Amino acid sequence: MTKKFVLGIYDDEDVLLQAIENVRAAGTNIYEVFSPYPIHGIDDVLGIKRSRLPIVAFFCGLFGTSFALWMQIWMLGFDWPMIIGGKPHIALPAFIPVTFELTVLCAAFGMVITFFIVTKLKPSFKVNVFDKRSTDDKFVMAIEVKEGVTNMPALNDLLRSNGAIEVNEKEVIK
Amino acid sequence: MQHVSPIREPLVTGGKTYHDITEDVCRQVEAKPNIRWAAALAVALVGLAIFIYSTYRTLWYGIGEWGLNKTVGWAWDITNFVWWVGIGHAGTLISAILLLFRQKWRTSINRAAEAMTIFAVICAAMFPVLHMGRPWLAYWVLPLPNTFGSLWVNFNSPLLWDVFAISTYFSVSLVFWYIGLIPDFATIRDRATGPIARRAYAFLSFGWTGSAKAWSRYETVSLILAGLATPLVLSVHTIVSMDFATSVIPGWHTTIFPPYFVAGAIFSGFAMVLTLMIITRKVFKLEDYITLEHVESMNKVIILTGSIVGVAYITEFFIAWYSGVEYEQYAFINRATGPYWWAYWAMMTCNVITPQLFWFRTIRRSLTATFIITIFVNIGMWFERFVIIVTSLHRDFLPSSWAMFSPTIIDIGIYVGTIGLFFTLFLLFAKFFPVINMAEVKAILKSSSEVKHHPHGTMHGTDKDSHTNTHP
Repeated sequence: MTKKFVLGIYDDEDVLLQAIENVRAAGTNIYEVFSPYPIHGIDDVLGIKRSRLPIVAFFCGLFGTSFALWMQIWMLGFDWPMIIGGKPHIALPAFIPVTFELTVLCAAFGMVITFFIVTKLKPSFKVNVFDKRSTDDKFVMAIEVKEGVTNMPALNDLLRSNGAIEVNEKEVIK
Repeated sequence: MQHVSPIREPLVTGGKTYHDITEDVCRQVEAKPNIRWAAALAVALVGLAIFIYSTYRTLWYGIGEWGLNKTVGWAWDITNFVWWVGIGHAGTLISAILLLFRQKWRTSINRAAEAMTIFAVICAAMFPVLHMGRPWLAYWVLPLPNTFGSLWVNFNSPLLWDVFAISTYFSVSLVFWYIGLIPDFATIRDRATGPIARRAYAFLSFGWTGSAKAWSRYETVSLILAGLATPLVLSVHTIVSMDFATSVIPGWHTTIFPPYFVAGAIFSGFAMVLTLMIITRKVFKLEDYITLEHVESMNKVIILTGSIVGVAYITEFFIAWYSGVEYEQYAFINRATGPYWWAYWAMMTCNVITPQLFWFRTIRRSLTATFIITIFVNIGMWFERFVIIVTSLHRDFLPSSWAMFSPTIIDIGIYVGTIGLFFTLFLLFAKFFPVINMAEVKAILKSSSEVKHHPHGTMHGTDKDSHTNTHP
């Protein structure tokens, strides 16, 4: 199944931000915006919710903390207790460094793996880029065309009047 | 959207546009290798060959190939280990701590500095692994059930903490670095003309498209990773210092070690970053991105950390005297006046005196002076570790077991070899990876560029607010 998109090409982040606001205010649904770098303030104008990845990181870190403490306490305290340097079997202060490291390790990897999964990033030779210039110096606003619903000339005018330097159409096989 | 005071010096000079940044950074990735790069790689490969040969001798004949003796059981190996780990710290400091502090000058140097971190940690890891004597049993340091019954590793030992600290540090730094590389790989992919390059960079870019949603998550991930990497980097050198501080050797058993080691690590790391960046900006013509402003900022970090290190040296001496412990006192007198006095004074000169020259603005902004001073700092910080390790060990409690340490050719070979390994990796990185984080430099371009980029003539980066007001 192919989907048709109208791409508004911009070359300035501030023009783009204003355009997004105006296009959304005109009742047009923006499919996605592509940019060569993260634009501050774009989340608000596009209505992107705050990412919940920090929560993932927190719980993965919590798992790391509990796992590390359980591992050390069980191994040295119960499975094979030994007296080392006259310390108690469960020498908590000495277990803190490993606990800390495993907390960081689990939080970082848990969050990054989740990031890759939810953003659908994976090693692959296939690439679906709407406009190759969007990783160089252009900002691309993609609007999905619904046959019979979208008024193409009006959309074209809307994008151009809001500073688009080009308006292109693109069909993408989904 | 971002406001920068007009009195700040620009971070990108030469009136660059977004496309210029892409061109300037991708140029050396896409061009054929130039002769200077090839010559440098050839030299680095000679170093790598020395490393392979010395490692082979060490593995085949054992640790007896080194100059260690019964009294001095740690010498060049652990010196080099701490030296390399310390160098690595600057990369994380630049990418994580400066990100948390919103220091925008980090953007053009963080990529190369993080690469340096990763390669330095690889070099560092070689030493404890080789020192095990039987590196093929290196997995014994992991808490694995084993055939002798479930006798576990000793979690009370700082050497074991080090295993966890260094491996966590390495893997988290690698992930942090790679996340930053993904958008830039996508840029190279979308410009690539050859089928191999396109496929290779498509694979590396993980299918990145630069959608607003992905960027939003990218920024969240970067911020959280920075927040995790900041205490991590401090913990790593703290734990490295505990390898010494938790023992009862005079000269090692001091509570000042963790902050003192961390400051020293940042100090040596920034010196190495500067050494590398001064060469890289010249070879790859990146003077507009790595400006004198960047060099000066880094030199300020060097003078701060160098002074902390200097204060730590003096504090150690004072506390040795003040403690009233004669062994402690002797260890320090012996450092400064004993048979290794030259190492001690080399350390003092290189680490305490030379960086003080950076109080002069002309020296801070002179590339030649900076380059020379950073080399001094690199040497001085190597001597610091040598002094701490060897002079504390070589005259122990029984005068009958006093000894001297002299390195063998294999000791020297492994050390020189890791420098070869480091530069081999760094040169390959500099050729095939974007050495500057293009996306992040583009993000600061509008606010921090020398000549403001006005594609429409009517739009001004700093006029965003008034623009919004006039067109509500």
